[in-house]
Amino acid sequence: MSEFLQQLINGLSLGAIYALIALGYTMVYGVLRFINFAHSDVFMVGAFIGYYAGEHLPRGTVLGGMASMGAAMLGCAVLGVVIERLVYRPLRGGPTLNVLITAIGVSLFLEYAGQLIFGATPRAFPDIFPSRVIEIRGLIISMNQVIVIAVSTVLMFALEFIVHRTKIGTAMRAVALNPKAALLVGINIDIVISFTFALGSALAGAGGVLYALNYPSIDPLMGVVPGLKAFVAAVLGGIGNIQGAALGALLLGLVETFVDGSRWSTYKDAIAFAILIAILLFRPAGLLGRVSAEKV
Amino acid sequence: MLEIKDLHVSYGAISALRGISLKVDQGAIVTLIGGNGAGKTTTLRTISGLLRPKRGTVVFLGEDITQLAAHRIVARGLGHVPEGRMVFSNLTVDENLAMGAYLQRDKAVIGRNREYVFGIFPRLKERLRQVAGTLSGGEQQMLAIGRALMGEPKFLMLDEPSLGIAPRLISTIFEKIQEINRDRGIAILLVEQNANLALEVSSQAYVLETGLITMEGPSADLRNNPQLKASYLGG
Repeated sequence: MSEFLQQLINGLSLGAIYALIALGYTMVYGVLRFINFAHSDVFMVGAFIGYYAGEHLPRGTVLGGMASMGAAMLGCAVLGVVIERLVYRPLRGGPTLNVLITAIGVSLFLEYAGQLIFGATPRAFPDIFPSRVIEIRGLIISMNQVIVIAVSTVLMFALEFIVHRTKIGTAMRAVALNPKAALLVGINIDIVISFTFALGSALAGAGGVLYALNYPSIDPLMGVVPGLKAFVAAVLGGIGNIQGAALGALLLGLVETFVDGSRWSTYKDAIAFAILIAILLFRPAGLLGRVSAEKV
Repeated sequence: MLEIKDLHVSYGAISALRGISLKVDQGAIVTLIGGNGAGKTTTLRTISGLLRPKRGTVVFLGEDITQLAAHRIVARGLGHVPEGRMVFSNLTVDENLAMGAYLQRDKAVIGRNREYVFGIFPRLKERLRQVAGTLSGGEQQMLAIGRALMGEPKFLMLDEPSLGIAPRLISTIFEKIQEINRDRGIAILLVEQNANLALEVSSQAYVLETGLITMEGPSADLRNNPQLKASYLGG
């Protein structure tokens, strides 16, 4: 039983990080109908901003840790907005394939610029939060896991609030549903798209720091694998659907962790993905996605 | 109020409008009639900035808005109820109306416009929490008009408001269009395939055929025009 609970906590904290990344994929897809492949590298940049901020801030305190994370979120939000403004916006209105290929280009650019600037050798991520281990009846929970789960829960509720209770959030949904009609009520689509990139990238930035806390070394290619998995999670949940992305990510985190803890751990990714493929066979639009003809 | 001059619009190599000019006076209801593919929707979309003309100008309230971004045109007081209604189907009726007032900051004005919309379409008030996609065609049309009114337009363009609506609701919608014009002094440009209805409610009419205006004049005159009778008014 305690083994099960232990794995449940591990799986949830891994899934929560996937969720923070997956939300950015799904939101951008929602408004622009393309996959921003550079998103996983924004996540990596977030970890590095957290690393450098952590060096200048008091270590091992909740406040210092939060400040590092805030810096990563802010830095990534700016990076996301700049990428959209400089690279994706000039291509808007053209074929989606062009943007998709460009996104891969941006991804490679960030990865190699990262190697140039940060160096290719993995670095140990500082303990920006207090490192304590809580033990409850044989259950070992690290302070980092508590922080991952707490921070991602807060961020996901904040996102839910922004998207459903604020004017700009409602405008985001309106643009995702029908950009023409959004224009006709006076919504400035450029601003809504910038806002979407800022929001998604900020979440990825937080995800980068949280990921680095649990897998304590970081390098410029660290985004590739978690980014891919978060993308899969977003598709699993129904791409374009915010709750779906969170659900898909938690599911993926749990499956991966439980398989990892079993004797088939060598095949953890293979088994996790096999389960995902099986789910998609029965629900091709994802768990919460709806099959709908795209409106012209 | 609105004047377009020599408007040319094309989709790639196909030209949809081949130099049309029309005028809408303050407080008037003007209709643009014509068959499928004549270019009616293209005309409205070009006026509201969704499409860019190859040549020609659109002047609204004395200002050249030909190259203005669509959201800025809305801010000038030009409302557009698009073809197929285009309500935000996953949003509630309430949220749709809130989006209609997107550019409006004054809460008192928003409140007043809401009351006005509920006054002419009480059905919307009953369905406030309902998701727009689940409304009937007629109710969606009411919502689309209500949403446009929330933007406090001085001029309203309606694209085929009778399309896909239960026949008994069509007359209601047209009465309300006249009411909006009367009560609020909003000038209206009405695009319709149902020429009889359109000529009944309008004072001035234009007939569009394959990208050219082939006939224009007071609606009462056009209603008795034998040529028009044969092709659009069912004999």
